[in-house]
Order: sequence, then structure tokens, then C-alpha cells
Amino acid sequence: MINLKINGLEVKAEEGWTILETAKFYGLEIPTLCYKEGLSAYGGCRLCLVEIGEGPKAKLASSCTYPVEEGLVVRTDTRRVIETRRMMIELMLSLAPNSKTIQDLASKFGVTKVRFKVRNEECILCGLCVRMCAEQMGGRAIGFQNRGHKRKISTPFDIKSEECRLCGGCMYICPACQLKCQGPEADTTVCNACLTMDPTCLDYYDELQCWMYNVGRCGTCVREKPEKSDSKEQAQKSKEKQKNA
Amino acid sequence: MEVEELKIKSCITKYNYEKKALISILQDIQEEYNYLPQEALNIVSKTLGIPLIDIVGVATFYRAFSLEPRGKHLVTVCVGTACHIRGAPNILEEFERKLNVKAGKTTGDGQFSLETVACLGCCAIGPVVIVDGNYYAQTSIRKVDAILKKHRKKKK
Repeated sequence: MINLKINGLEVKAEEGWTILETAKFYGLEIPTLCYKEGLSAYGGCRLCLVEIGEGPKAKLASSCTYPVEEGLVVRTDTRRVIETRRMMIELMLSLAPNSKTIQDLASKFGVTKVRFKVRNEECILCGLCVRMCAEQMGGRAIGFQNRGHKRKISTPFDIKSEECRLCGGCMYICPACQLKCQGPEADTTVCNACLTMDPTCLDYYDELQCWMYNVGRCGTCVREKPEKSDSKEQAQKSKEKQKNA
Repeated sequence: MEVEELKIKSCITKYNYEKKALISILQDIQEEYNYLPQEALNIVSKTLGIPLIDIVGVATFYRAFSLEPRGKHLVTVCVGTACHIRGAPNILEEFERKLNVKAGKTTGDGQFSLETVACLGCCAIGPVVIVDGNYYAQTSIRKVDAILKKHRKKKK
């Protein structure tokens, strides 16, 4: 058994576990997007970032690919982590604003605007479909091609692959191209309907029940729950107030 | 150009059918055909037992490989920071005008391919242009014509 600390909590982990698996085992929530059980860890979406170590030497690492070490000090919801996650969500949102999965994440983490050029590429290159095809479906029909800003996922030569059996696994697992967000489009890019509507599709944690209460901002519990009759504008105002505070 | 299976196979046999020699094999094929024909990659995939998508991934990752036929002469214009400051964009534009192709494309007669590169590491002699491995230092718009003429004469 390996002993380590997550959010001040002494935990024990089996050898070979990752930080994410350990946190899950203890019921600590770490948001993920490109991680799915049954598929290999990729560390592409950077949503599962956690802070490792203490003081000025603390570094950010993706918990889905980081194996546990003896005496490791992990913090899953520090200000730095939350802010980095917000930035990642904002970047992904600019790539695929139609994805409900990403819109939900934006609402959950209070991302209310996108400062980047919206590109509507419908792909965030999380690689889930590539891994699904190779690892679960036993095919090697799609994969990454090109490099840098031209990187894309496609079949060889962009024609129908001989290996593809049209199982649809890639579409099933895709967080960007399948689920269209039902919220308002184009106007603001970020719909944030989940922030202003009641009942909402997000979970709210009572501040007192929150695991992270003493540790730092976990993002969900700090935010006030908007009142029932609140219109969108008022919710925006209260958020601004929160920011100023 | 027809792709001959025997030729491709001989490229592979040279490396003992080793999967790790993929890049070397692709280089040999590129040497032979001046680009990577689709059928050739299919043959490599079947012979080596590597999924086609992985081979295509490698072939598209490296700039050295091309999936489209290249011209007989390869013109590479450096547009790195140092060359950029010394006027590389103008030189590239001049090449584009003279050859009547955009960067990254091949002329209609298959003579020249025009490409850009980010930095060649010889910034002191910039702006640099390479044609078929010959380096031209401190090029200017005026020299473009001479460079092209020199290589047009050397028809293979």
C-alpha cells in the first residue's frame, strides 16, 4: 500500500493506481473529459489537473496519468487548479461551442465568456474516438493526422477505411460532435442556461456538506444558487458582485 | 507513376521487416517516387502489419514526407524570425509570383515545389533559400529570377 495525502486527507492506494483512481475510490470528485474507464488514460483535456507538492515548488499534473507515489501531497481544488481548469474549458468551448458536455462544464465552473475566437470545429482532439476504436472496438480505422494547428482526426486519406465496420463507437463516445446543446446559440457562445434556470441540471453542494470546505475553492459550492425568480441579468449581476468580492 | 509492389517490398526487406524502421522505409519510398503514393502505404501496412492509420499519422506528421507528388526541384524559403525581418516574406511572394503557385504547392508542369521552413539555423546569412540542397545566402527579390533560371536549366 502507498500512503499519500489528498486535500489533507491521509489515504492509502494500491500500487499502480493513478491519483484520479485513488481520489475516485475515496469519493473525491475530480472533473474529467477525456478519461473513460475501459480506455487508456490520455491526459489530453487537462481538466483532471491537480496540484502536486507544496509551497512554491507545487506543480500541476494531470491526475489521470500520474501514478501514486509514497508521501505524495495532492490538492485537487486550489485556486490555481480551478483557474487552469476554467481556462481549459474556455479554450475547448471556443473549439466546440455546440457540445452540451462542454457547455455543462462551463456552467459548473462558472465560465461565462469566451475570450478566444470561436472556431466551431466540433472537435477538441480529446482522442476518445481514436482510443474507443482501437481499444474497445478492435479496429484501427481513425487516428490523428498532421501536426500543430492542422492536427485532425480522420481515416487514412479521408476516404472510407477498410477497417471501419460502422459500429458508431466513435460517435457514441464523442463529447463534442454528438450532443448538441439545447441552449441559445451564437449570441454569447456560452449558454450558461444551467446557471440561470431552475431546476438546473447541475448538482449543488451544500456548503456544510462540502468536502473541500476547508481546503479552498472547489468551484461549485462557492457559487450562490440563483433565486427562483431570478432572470438571467440578475444572475449575471450577482456573479459580478461575487467577482468583486 | 505506377507503384510496383516489388520495389516497395525491396525497401522493406532492406530493413529486415522491422516495424521500428518505418520512417527509414518511408524515406526510401519517398526517394524512389518523390512522394508517398497511397498504394505504397497500403503495401507497407500489409507487409509490416502496422495499421494504415498509424503509417498515415507518421507520414503526415513529418514535413519531410509528402502525400502529394512533388516537383523535380524543391524550393524552400526560410521564413523564420531572422529571415522574416530581413525580408523573407517579400522573397516568398516573389517566388509565388514567378512560379505562379502558392507556398506548399507544386507548379503545373511538375518542375518546382515551393515550401517554407520556420528556421534553418543559419540566421547570419539570411534570408536563406534552398533549392535542391543548394543554399542561397542573403537572397533578395532581384536574385529570385537567377536562382530559378539556374535550376530550370538543370533539367533531369
